[in-house]
Amino acid sequence: MATKGERILEVRDLVKHFPLTQGIMFKKQIGAIKAVDGVSFTLDKGETLGIVGESGCGKSTLAKLLMALERPTSGSVMINGRDMARAKGGELKRMRRNIQMVMQDPYTSLNPRMTVGDIVGEPFDIHTEVAPKGDRSRRVQELLEVVGLNPDHINRYPHQFSGGQRQRIGIARGLALQPEIIVCDEPVSALDVSIQAQVINLLERLQNEFNLAYIFIAHDLSVVRHISDRVGVMYLGKFVELGKDVEIYDKPAHPYTQALLSAVPVPDPEGREQRERIILQGDPPSPANPPSGCRFRTRCWKAQEICAEEEPLLQIRPGTQHESACHFAETHDVVHVG
Amino acid sequence: MKKTSLDTLPAEGGLGDEPLLAVDNLHVEFATRAGTVRAVNGVSYSLGPGETLAVLGESGSGKSVTAQAIMGILDMPPARIPKGEIRFRGTDLLKLSDEARTQVRGQRIAMIFQDALSALNPVFTVGWQISEMFRVHRGMSKRDAMIKAVELMDRVRIPAAKQRVNDYPHQFSGGMRQRIMIAMSIALDPEVLIADEPTTALDVTVQAQIMELLAELQRESNMGMILITHDLGVVADVADKIAVMYAGRIVENAPVHDIYRNPAHPYTKGLLESIPRVDLKGQELYAIKGLPPNLLDMPTGCAFHPRCPYRQDNCVTDNPPLYEINGRRNSACHYWREVLDGDQG
Repeated sequence: MATKGERILEVRDLVKHFPLTQGIMFKKQIGAIKAVDGVSFTLDKGETLGIVGESGCGKSTLAKLLMALERPTSGSVMINGRDMARAKGGELKRMRRNIQMVMQDPYTSLNPRMTVGDIVGEPFDIHTEVAPKGDRSRRVQELLEVVGLNPDHINRYPHQFSGGQRQRIGIARGLALQPEIIVCDEPVSALDVSIQAQVINLLERLQNEFNLAYIFIAHDLSVVRHISDRVGVMYLGKFVELGKDVEIYDKPAHPYTQALLSAVPVPDPEGREQRERIILQGDPPSPANPPSGCRFRTRCWKAQEICAEEEPLLQIRPGTQHESACHFAETHDVVHVG
Repeated sequence: MKKTSLDTLPAEGGLGDEPLLAVDNLHVEFATRAGTVRAVNGVSYSLGPGETLAVLGESGSGKSVTAQAIMGILDMPPARIPKGEIRFRGTDLLKLSDEARTQVRGQRIAMIFQDALSALNPVFTVGWQISEMFRVHRGMSKRDAMIKAVELMDRVRIPAAKQRVNDYPHQFSGGMRQRIMIAMSIALDPEVLIADEPTTALDVTVQAQIMELLAELQRESNMGMILITHDLGVVADVADKIAVMYAGRIVENAPVHDIYRNPAHPYTKGLLESIPRVDLKGQELYAIKGLPPNLLDMPTGCAFHPRCPYRQDNCVTDNPPLYEINGRRNSACHYWREVLDGDQG
């Protein structure tokens, strides 16, 4: 993939706590759900950063923070050097043009009472400067063509399309304002297996054509590997490991990444009896009350006293080339996600 | 205490060649306003004790409807079974009375559903729901049944089962809820367990826990398992044999190693090729073109022909039978030889 090294997004120490309150009249804060708790990463033009993690780890809250749909508790989201987390009014509106989103479920993210033309053209209503009124339907038809739909179907309604086609409509809407960054939140997980490959190919083609940068959030690790240049692994609101795709998949250093990779079923029955598999016990702890020190220590087979006392920072550890947040990080060749 | 007509069914095998469960030329159709939907068109498969059969297919392929027909939980009408047999230890379940069917359901053949939260009743405790199996089918007292429920929760490894038996479904995590579903399904030691996408709604780490638990329970009790899924990875991990469904038919069935090594139907081949692979990173993924067919408006001939790279003229007109290959596998493709050789077109 052509990576043009220009930095477009820089996220620093991003935190989002949702308050837990008690009482009806006089609300009193009794704690907080620490959904995202100190996340930092960068993204270059034309690059794809994959984000993986279990449900509840904060992936989707992170996506909302990047889109400025939620305001962060602290930290910054710098797009082209300007902080979106602090932007307001007209400036925020202008910045939003540059970062768009493709949603997971193409059945609920399209308004059933709007035509495809209205759905894909709606961003132009808000950002009128992008396409003058008379030009809109032509622009919408172009967009439909770009995502592989028939431009003559501009007056049809979402229910007249299949799941894969609807996801294409969602992608066309995301492209309308010519953003530089697209956040894809589980863009293929609601689709049938034979359709997933079509949509992934489309996303890759669009990236090459428009030099888009993707934040690709998904739980299917083999899809993430296929599309990503770098991958971040999240656990309870933090990155536990961040690095190039080969480093994460072939040389995972954090025990959680190792367990996650080994849990992925390999689509090949050869040698399945011999395959090493790390089965994690229990469920992730509540983000309202994360464990002290390392958050993964309650499920970790390497945990020692230091893990409860001192929080491991995300940094390059001895013997590895990429950042991981474990006191006892070591590369360990677990599995090969296909 | 009512003594039931379980005796109508033989308790143990001893039927010669007859497998534990055999689905034979099953047809299921639904009457809808838009016309008759033929969801299942002549499906046959069989299952032995201790065996795992994976039924692979996309939404609308008829895999779940077949399972519901085996369980006898289809709403009839609108569903209708115009043809076919479902033999359990040699007895055709479709010919049994409703009462006899109720005795099979849950006791001899049990089922796990995909979404445990909507399959469990939110207003009863999990202990009550598990123990219901013993109260209704075994006539146990509430107290004894509750003790059994705790034992089962232990068996599916729910921590602190004794304290949690009086909790409600919403107080459990997704993986724990699926364990409760499994506890209910194995309560009466069924001989066949149908698992309909048991891990689709779960995270991979939890999926690994649940699949391991199912494999262990199967080893202990030697039950036959039908695993319905669309995940080629899960199938490769646990299945002994695979039936691939497309548009209400089985298009290929074979032992698991044969299918992954050398698929004999273009659809199976396409599915396997569309899995992202490390050595092909950066390249375009192989994608099966087009869309799954509309069951109300099926293509003529072979249902897969509009999407098939091997299509010839006769595929448009003749629906291929399920050809037998080397006496151990089947493929519903006129050109299975070419598919096996990998000779495209």
